[in-house]
Parts: sequence; structure tokens; C-alpha cells
Amino acid sequence: MTTYLHIDWTSCDGRGLCTELLPAVLARDDWGYPVARGKVGRERTDVPLRDADREAAQEAVFLCPKLALSLLERTPPKPEQRTPGR
Amino acid sequence: MSPDIHPQAAGDIYPQAARSVHGDGTQTAHPPAHPNNIGQDVIRQDSSRREPRLLAAGPDAGWEQHLDTFGHWDPQAAGPGLLEALAAAGLTGRGGAAFETWRKASAAAGSGRKGLFPARPVVIANGAEGEPLSFKDRTLLARAPHLVIDGLLAMAAALGGAGMYVYAQAASLPRIQQALTERPGARKIRVVEAPETFISGESSAVVNMIANGIAVPMDQRRRLSESGLNGRPTVVVNVETLAQVALIARYGAQWFRQAGTSTDTGTRLVSVSGPAPVRDVVLEVPGGAQLSAVLQEAGMDPASLSAVLVGGYHGRWVRPAAHVLSPVGPPDGTARPGAGVIHALDLQICGVQATARIVTYLAGGSARQCGPCMFGLPAMASVLNRIAGGEINSRLIFELDRLGRMVSSRGACRHPEGTTGLVSSALEVFAADFRAHLSGYCAGPGGVAA
Ligand code: SF4
Ligand code: SF4
Repeated sequence: MTTYLHIDWTSCDGRGLCTELLPAVLARDDWGYPVARGKVGRERTDVPLRDADREAAQEAVFLCPKLALSLLERTPPKPEQRTPGR
Repeated sequence: MSPDIHPQAAGDIYPQAARSVHGDGTQTAHPPAHPNNIGQDVIRQDSSRREPRLLAAGPDAGWEQHLDTFGHWDPQAAGPGLLEALAAAGLTGRGGAAFETWRKASAAAGSGRKGLFPARPVVIANGAEGEPLSFKDRTLLARAPHLVIDGLLAMAAALGGAGMYVYAQAASLPRIQQALTERPGARKIRVVEAPETFISGESSAVVNMIANGIAVPMDQRRRLSESGLNGRPTVVVNVETLAQVALIARYGAQWFRQAGTSTDTGTRLVSVSGPAPVRDVVLEVPGGAQLSAVLQEAGMDPASLSAVLVGGYHGRWVRPAAHVLSPVGPPDGTARPGAGVIHALDLQICGVQATARIVTYLAGGSARQCGPCMFGLPAMASVLNRIAGGEINSRLIFELDRLGRMVSSRGACRHPEGTTGLVSSALEVFAADFRAHLSGYCAGPGGVAA
């Protein structure tokens, strides 16, 4: 099981509170929206977290003014496996 | 390209097959013959004698004609065995992602059975074609609506009596309604109109439209197969995929595999368009067909084309030479058909300008929900338009590349990725044109120095 920080892009308004709480995980793009550092593909929306980042992530989830963040517990998908219905 | 000419154009593609169906007067209650066993190259030699599968019932197949061509058959009969048959057939989705149809359906079937009060799944036939270069789905709905309905009924039965919807744009609705009334067993199918926007056919947008009347993608914390329409396990299936399901349910996996290759089985419909005077046509081509053969069948000379857009606005530009049309295969030499769009570009037309126009359209097609998409795509379009417009600034290419990497995979749907994929293929295929633009001239008409 891995904990992921899920970013709901339809809700996020890019004020960047989460990037302040999780500077090692998230950077800001040109418009202020969070960018997962060093991640590609799906992991930019469901960002895998190290245990050390979990607490800060939990705080970001509580404090995000747009309720755009949530934590997911999931077994990491096998590479190549695509999500049906997308 | 006005939609009303497409069915007519498509009606002329298979004149012989249409004659053979009507001419002999006998009931052909057996599968339409399909002589292409190997798939590749055969299409060119054989194209005049090739018999279609999906469009075999003729230009406007009513219920009687449908039965005459494909035979009587009970959609319930396929049962749960249908998913196995789909797996054996190797059918992949014809709406874009080319995901294996049986996996998608099984995921919903599995979620539906979980829990104390199993939720009844939902199957949605997706005929929304927001892509301006795509018209094969509306052609299929106009010409063979009963095959699509057969597939929908069979799929719903295989999922233990799932709820059924058809989702399509206004122009397709009267024909669908008529087809639903002229046949038995279709009363429970609900029809929902799809708005004519680029993004309205995205699976979560389809669910959102049916549930809430808003055809924009939803954040998907959970998959649609777990929790879709009203929280029920939901499969959104492209209409052509369902028509293929109907054929597999009738004639079996082995018959389906008689066309195509072992890795790209069966046939697919493609919407082919190109420079005038070439007409827009819908062709049914075997899996693994040569791109050049498909272009020729549509009446084009591959040598007279500069590039071909395969897969549509979320697809890629390729050179017309030596590409096989297939969702699987080595990256060079394989062009992924996506939603089945093939659009050829004249040697006279500047690829940079063509791409700039498309990306401008895609930026306008953003549902403007997700920041990276809402701001990123217009930024990419603006840089492309500056290059196309003749701004001499070599940093623009790096900026385009940087923006592409910034927006990709950051959105509720694949719109940002689809767009960046198209741009990166343009940078590759039109590398010389980009260089030319950035040094102040353009090879195309209306170009900077033309
Ligand atoms: S705190 Fe919430 S709204 Fe603000 S940038 Fe982060 S995810 Fe977006
Ligand atoms: S990624 Fe773009 S098109 Fe997709 S939902 Fe977000 S804003 Fe809309």
C-alpha cells in the first residue's frame, strides 16, 4: 500500500497553500498551481508520498481552501496498466 | 466539412457490397464474408471486392434489413460468456484509448457484485464525436443503428441486466429513436443528447452530462467502473465498439479474428479526410492496415502528402510512408488510430500553421476547470501562433517544450496530454518547417515569406 495525495484539478484554484506545506513534494507552476516534483504521468495527479511527508500532506488536505486535496491508499498500479474508463 | 455530407459520402464506399446484399434477395443469416485474413497490404489489392462487416446492411439499415443481413439473434443469449468471447476476440475500444473491452466490462461487473447490496451496473453507448475530423460514429449510427443497439443489449445482459443509455449528438438522435421504436427489447434504453463540444465525449463528461446535465469531465478519485453514474459501476463504450460486440456475440471470436492481425484483431472504421477534391469518407479497414493503403483507398496519393494526422486532434502527425495503423507496435512504424481519424495534409500547407490552428482550437476546447489546462493550453497556442506568424525567436521552441512538460498529466481528463502529444509530434515531423519559420520564412502559402 502506498499513500497518494490526490489533486482534484477541477477544484484547485492555485493559491499555493499546499506547496508551502509540502515544499519537498510540490512546486508551483507559472500560474501558481501545484506541480509534483520529479513525477510524470498519473503521478502528477495522484502523487505518491513518502512516510515522512504524510503528516504535512494530511495538514494540506485539511487546510486546502477548495477541498481539492485528499489522501488515497492504494497498491501502486503495475507499469503499463492503464485505467479503464479514462 | 458539414456533417450532412458524411453519410452520403460513406454510402458510396461500398457500392458492391450494397448490391450484393440487395441483389440476390436471399437472407444472409451468416456472417458477412471477409476475405482479409492477413490484414496488411491485402486492402489495396482487394479493396473493390472487400465486403464490409459493420456497414454490411447497406446505406440505411432498418430493422428488417438488419435482420436480413445479420440474422435473427437474441442479445440475451450471449450471457456472461460474452465477456470471455470479447477477450478471445481481442476487441479493443474504438473510441480512442484502445483499452481491452472485456477488461473494462469485467471491472464494472466485478464492482457491481461487491458489497451487501450489489449495485446494478450501467452501460452507456457513447456516440458523441466532438472531434471535428471524426464522423465515423455518426455515420455508423445513421447507417447501422441496430447493430449498435444489439451490442448495447448484449453488453447489458452480460453484466446481469445493466441500465442502458445511448449518448449522441442531436443530429443522430432521430435515427436512434426510430430504431429503438422499430425493434423489440429496446424500450428500456434511454437516449441523452450530447452537446457539440470537443470534450463532451470524454467518459466522465458523459456520466456528468447524464447525471447533472453538464458535459465536462469530473475529477475521478474513484474509477467509473467502481462508481460512475449515480454511484453505480459504469462502462462508457464507444458505439463502434458496441457494434463490434454485436458481431462477436453473433459470429464468435474466431470469425472476428479472420480480419486484422494477431495483435490488432478485427476491423475498424476510420474517418478519412484530406485536401480537396478528396471527399471525406468512412472506411472499414482491417487491424494492422498500411496507412498508405488506406490513404489510397480514400483516393489519395501518399506521395503528394506532406504529413498525416492519425488519431485526431489528440493524435500525432506522421509521414505517410510505411506506417501500420494499429494501437500496438513499435513507436516508429506504427500509427495509433485513436478514435479512427486520418487527416492528410497537402504538400502546400504549412504544418506549423496547421498545428497552430488545431492547438488554438484545443485551447478553446478546454473545459476551463483545471488550471494547468485552462492557462497552459492557451499559452501553448499563443507560442505556436507566434512561431507560425513569423516571429524570429529561437527560444520559442524551448518555451513550447517547457509548457508541454508543465501541463501534461495535470487535469481531470487527458486533454492536456492529448494536446502536448500532438505538439511534440509536430515538432518532430515538421522540424524543418519550424526551423524555417524561426529563420523568417515559410514554405506554405500565406506563410511569412511566401
Ligand atoms: S491548497 Fe488547494 S486550492 Fe490551493 S493550490 Fe493547493 S490544492 Fe490548489
Ligand atoms: S483537463 Fe482541461 S478539458 Fe479536461 S477537465 Fe480539466 S479543464 Fe477540462
